[in-house]
Amino acid sequence: MVTFVKRIVLCLGLLVCVAVFSEAGQSTAGDPKQGKALYMNKCYGCHSVDANRVGPMHRGVFGRKAGSVPGYAYSPALKASTVVWDQTSLDKWLTDPQKLIPGQKMNFTVDDQAERADIIAYLKSVS
Amino acid sequence: MPTLADNEITRRQLLKTSGLLSLAGLAALSGAGTLVAGQALAADPAADVNILNVALGLEHEGIAAYQLGAESKLLQPKILKVAVKFQDDHKVHRDLLIDAIKKLGGAPVAAKTQAEYATSLKAASLKSQKDVLTLAARLELGAVNAYLGVIPSFADRALAKVSGRLAADETLHWTTLASVLGMPLPKAMFFGA
Repeated sequence: MVTFVKRIVLCLGLLVCVAVFSEAGQSTAGDPKQGKALYMNKCYGCHSVDANRVGPMHRGVFGRKAGSVPGYAYSPALKASTVVWDQTSLDKWLTDPQKLIPGQKMNFTVDDQAERADIIAYLKSVS
Repeated sequence: MPTLADNEITRRQLLKTSGLLSLAGLAALSGAGTLVAGQALAADPAADVNILNVALGLEHEGIAAYQLGAESKLLQPKILKVAVKFQDDHKVHRDLLIDAIKKLGGAPVAAKTQAEYATSLKAASLKSQKDVLTLAARLELGAVNAYLGVIPSFADRALAKVSGRLAADETLHWTTLASVLGMPLPKAMFFGA
C-alpha cells in the first residue's frame, strides 16, 4: 500500500514537472510568424535578411560569431567581440546592446520580452 | 484636407527660412557640449557621432530609395510629387546630420552607390506603384522606430530632442504613404519598441 502511494506521488510529481517545463519552454520559444511581423516593423529600417544595409544581414545569424558578416562595416567593438549569437545572447543584445557589447553602434532595444522572443524565433527560422 | 500642392515648400525655401539652420539651431543640433563660462557640459561626442552616423546611413538609404522610386516610372504624377517632397525632407535631414557630425569632430559616413542601394533594396522586384510605396513605407517606419529607439542613447539631450523631431518627420511620411496604400490606422503605441 505504501509503495503504491509512493508510486502515485512520484507520477504526479513527474507530471507537474513536465507541465512546468513545457510551459516554461513555450514562454521563451517565441512565435516566428509574429516575429516576422515585428521584424518588418522594428528591424527592417536597418536590417534585411539577405542584404547588408545600415545594419548587417541576418540570414544565418544563429550560431554566427558577432561582427563576422562579410562586407559589412562593423564597429570595432563588434569585430572584436567573441559573442556567438544564440537565443540567450540575442535576448541580451535586444535588451541592451551597449551592456552586452560596449561600443556597439546599434543602440536599439526591444523592451518587451515576448516581442524579443518572437523576433528571435524569426531570426532562428531564417538561419 | 490641404494637399501638399497647397502648402509646397521647396528645399531652397527651407534652406533660406528654416530656424533649424540658424547658427543657434545648428549649435543645438550639434550638441557639441554647450560652452558655459568656458567649460563644456558633460557629453560623449564619440558615442553620439556613432549614433548620428547610423541615422545618416538611414537618410542616405531613404534618399536613394525615393530616387529608385522616381526613376522606376511607376509613380503617378501626383504621387511622384509627394515622393520628391519626401526625398527633399531626407536631404534636409542628411545635411543637418552631416553638419552635426562634423561639428562633433566625426567623419560623416558616405552614401553607397545607387547601384548598391538598388541591389540591397531589391529594386528589380518593384513592378507597380504599390510595390514602390510599400517599400517606402517600410523604410519610413523603420526610420521612425530607429529615431525613437536611439533617443535614450544620446549623451547630449539636445540631440535626443532632435532625434524626436526627425522621428516626427518620418512619421508624417509613413502616415501619408500608409494612407495612399489604404493601410488601416495602427493601434495605439504602434511606433517605437
